[in-house]
Amino acid sequence: MWSSLPSFVAVYPETILVVVASAFVLLDRVIRNKDVFTWATLVTVGVTLVVVLATAGTGFGDAYAADQYGLFFKAIFLLVLFLATLISPGYGRVVGIHFGEYYGLMLYAAAGMMLMASAKDLILLYLGLEVMSLSVYVLVGLIYKDIRSLEGAMKYFLLGSFASAFLLLAITYIYGLTSSVKIETISHYIVEHGLLTNKALLFAIALFVVAFGFKVALVPFHMWAPDAYEGAPTSITAFMSVGPKAAGFAAMGRVFLIALGAAKLGWEHFFIPLAIVTLFVGTALTVVQTNIKRMLAYSSVAHAGYAMLGIIAGTKEGMAATMMYLFIYAFMNIGAFGVIILLRRKDFLGESIFDFQGLSKTHPTAALLMLLFMFSLAGIPPTAGFIGKFFVFRAAFEAGHPLLVICAVLASCIAAYPYLRVVMLMYMKPPEQEVTLNLTGYLFVSLAISLAGVLVFGVWPGPLIDFARSCCAGFLP
Amino acid sequence: MEVALRMSEFPLLSLIIWLPVAGSVILLALPRNDRLIRWFSLIVALADFVVALPLFSRFDKSFAGMQFVEYHPWIKSWGISYFLGVDGISVLFILLSALITILCILISWEAITEKVKEFHIALLLTSAAMMGVFCSLDLFLFYLFWEAMLIPMYLIIGIWGGPGRLYATIKFFLYTLVGSVLMLVGIIFLYLKAGTFNILEIMKLGLPYHFQFWLFWAFFAAFAVKVPMWPVHTWLPDAHTEAPTAGSVILAGILIKMGAYGFLRFSLSFFPVAAKAMMFPMLMLSVIAIIYGGIICLAQDDLKRLIAYSSVSHMGFVTLGIFSFNGNAMEGAILQMINHGVVTGALFMCVGVVYERTHTRAIKDYGGLATVMPIYAAFFMVFTLASIGLPGTNGFIGEFLILLGTFASKKWAAAFAATGVIIGAGYMLWLYQRVFCQEVNPKVAGLPDVKMREAIALIPMLILVLWIGCYPTPFLGFMHESVRALLEHVHGVTAPAAPISEILKEGLHVVLPS
Repeated sequence: MWSSLPSFVAVYPETILVVVASAFVLLDRVIRNKDVFTWATLVTVGVTLVVVLATAGTGFGDAYAADQYGLFFKAIFLLVLFLATLISPGYGRVVGIHFGEYYGLMLYAAAGMMLMASAKDLILLYLGLEVMSLSVYVLVGLIYKDIRSLEGAMKYFLLGSFASAFLLLAITYIYGLTSSVKIETISHYIVEHGLLTNKALLFAIALFVVAFGFKVALVPFHMWAPDAYEGAPTSITAFMSVGPKAAGFAAMGRVFLIALGAAKLGWEHFFIPLAIVTLFVGTALTVVQTNIKRMLAYSSVAHAGYAMLGIIAGTKEGMAATMMYLFIYAFMNIGAFGVIILLRRKDFLGESIFDFQGLSKTHPTAALLMLLFMFSLAGIPPTAGFIGKFFVFRAAFEAGHPLLVICAVLASCIAAYPYLRVVMLMYMKPPEQEVTLNLTGYLFVSLAISLAGVLVFGVWPGPLIDFARSCCAGFLP
Repeated sequence: MEVALRMSEFPLLSLIIWLPVAGSVILLALPRNDRLIRWFSLIVALADFVVALPLFSRFDKSFAGMQFVEYHPWIKSWGISYFLGVDGISVLFILLSALITILCILISWEAITEKVKEFHIALLLTSAAMMGVFCSLDLFLFYLFWEAMLIPMYLIIGIWGGPGRLYATIKFFLYTLVGSVLMLVGIIFLYLKAGTFNILEIMKLGLPYHFQFWLFWAFFAAFAVKVPMWPVHTWLPDAHTEAPTAGSVILAGILIKMGAYGFLRFSLSFFPVAAKAMMFPMLMLSVIAIIYGGIICLAQDDLKRLIAYSSVSHMGFVTLGIFSFNGNAMEGAILQMINHGVVTGALFMCVGVVYERTHTRAIKDYGGLATVMPIYAAFFMVFTLASIGLPGTNGFIGEFLILLGTFASKKWAAAFAATGVIIGAGYMLWLYQRVFCQEVNPKVAGLPDVKMREAIALIPMLILVLWIGCYPTPFLGFMHESVRALLEHVHGVTAPAAPISEILKEGLHVVLPS
């Protein structure tokens, strides 16, 4: 097949992550000062970002492409990793997960996500998905003394394995029909051999929908999300609410828009009802939560619904919208989790929304930050959340789904309530208990970056839009 | 509709909008010294008003297009620009907003004792966003200001409001949000059709009737909630009643004008065919608001709630004037918006003055105030009469012009609306009688009369009431050309060909394709 050794250039970034991660796992015993791992992770992210920007081209017989599309997603993953690493040390010390494997597993997960974003081959995509998922399963259950953590990990693992099985079955069907696992070959084969009306293909599509529905937590495949999000260490919740979700969307883009996209198969008819149900059920369930991690878990279900709008649009513009939405979501969601972590101390969970009561009185700056992140999640200008929503609405409308957009905007009105309630508790109720903040320098930087992202992209999104569009330009014909 | 532009060499409008924003950023850094914060905010608000004065003096009243225009590309990828300008319809609102901001700071001087810094930041940001709404000539920018205003207003009502503030503020937020997002869908549609967010370009678009129809209602959702028109007015009594005095004044003075302004600026000029076709339902809703709002007022036992419901009635006159499509009525409507801002704002301030002393808003807790606080009673009398529309006060000019214009175009609407004036006289005079005449209620005995600071806040309003009442020409002169151009545009379109039933049927087919 290859006349010489294959070129590994395209996978340099992933290689770096995996090597560093393995080193972490080995060195954990030797290094006493665990902050070294934090710093090393941050440096690795920086180096990887440079390498990602520098590498281009395909590898392994066109199974793996370091293209512009993957580049944008890799930027999201690295951003998420960076922010999640920054919020980890202070929290990790409190709950006892501040050690090398923790950071190593996050790096492995990031490597898996990057594999997913760049895979042009279904087997490789599956490989990336498993690398990511297995690392995250472990991360969720890392506080093994806490029953909730174990429960979350167990549920996530079981349902995630189901989803993986669905994905494998879908790949099997596709391989049986087209005798290929290469995404582009599949696309050509379906068009050339007139498989449009093939029942087995339809079944395969349904299986893909289910599998990815699990991964990005669309209703009704969201059941694992609240428990896993609540049980996981908060820093990991922040990480997994954006990272794996973005990776899922990256893979969806490749599978649905490319492999199944050329032939107008009508898979969006599966997704439109799913997206509408996700939006309304996700938001309705957000409204009734009193645990803030669960609330943000359901809100992330709803946000997946908004991001779906771009995929449903099925256009370059739509994909760019989804990508930008996820990018912005990283800032606002990790920012919100950052504030939650700020409240966590040894003897104080700080997870009930009532723990935020009167925060503006005791800690006005923290309350102001939370206010901005909440309004951004609600999609109120001039925060970035509005820009993200506007982009996906616009793309879906342009692609001819006005009703979907109307449903989405109405859902966003309901969704505003839970965020408003947090703001209400912070600003309009007197404090009931003494809350002291667990602020570390790392967390401070993370919050500052999140805040800057939420505000800057809220009023100056131009460069980001252009970047997202240019990354999608070569992706779709 | 072609709109001429007159560029401004000096970014006057930007300065007016961003000065309060800059002020609030500096406030954020100031130490928590309440006195310092109050004075600083007052100076910022005063400076903003002074900066806005050239709009009054240098505005060219013989020019129908946009003046003081600023244009800078902003988000090029989406064709969004930072595009500001004012015409005869919007210019007065900016001056009014700047004035009311000053008065709000004065009136909250002693009423706000908690989180003083946050209050003034929120107040200045609200003021900036509202002025931005009136200046924006780019739909995206407009929407940004329109929505951004919700955040500080939500906080103002929710943090510094009365006992039922939490319910009121969430209701206010969600009502407005639902209306706004439907408009957002309309905006996206217009953008995809026109390829730009430039309001002046969209005015030229001339969409077919079946698009205009749906878009009209999408924008209606946003504006009707803000105005508020019957039957989506229910947030207003709660919000007005529970808000702190400054919040009520802003709500009554400027915020609800944004809805009526939206009708004038967008609904009429973007969708003239639909607007004309929807004349009957709009007049109907306005008449209902006028009469229903008035009757409800008669049943109120809460001072602020009564004035809040009277706003529903008065804003009914405004929408009546707008949708009569008559020059007099429309000028009257714009003037009435200013009048209502001045008069109702002043009435809320007056209520705030006694509320600070007694901490009750129930009408039955008052009585005989004219003996206890004679100067205050005189102020209140003038504003009451202005609210009724007595000749010589500004209320008369506005309502008279509206009724005159409406009578010329739709006699039945004018006849019904005129009864609203009578009901108005009924509830306001009865209120005055219960609060100021009769026996002195022991609860209010010995209250001190208005202080200098309160008088300073009320006197500008008093001057405006009498000035507009006796000599409205300078104010009407502002809007003359712009209103003429707008009406020419509306009357210039041909009547719709398709009946509504067909459009609804077509819409249903879009919803249910099969």
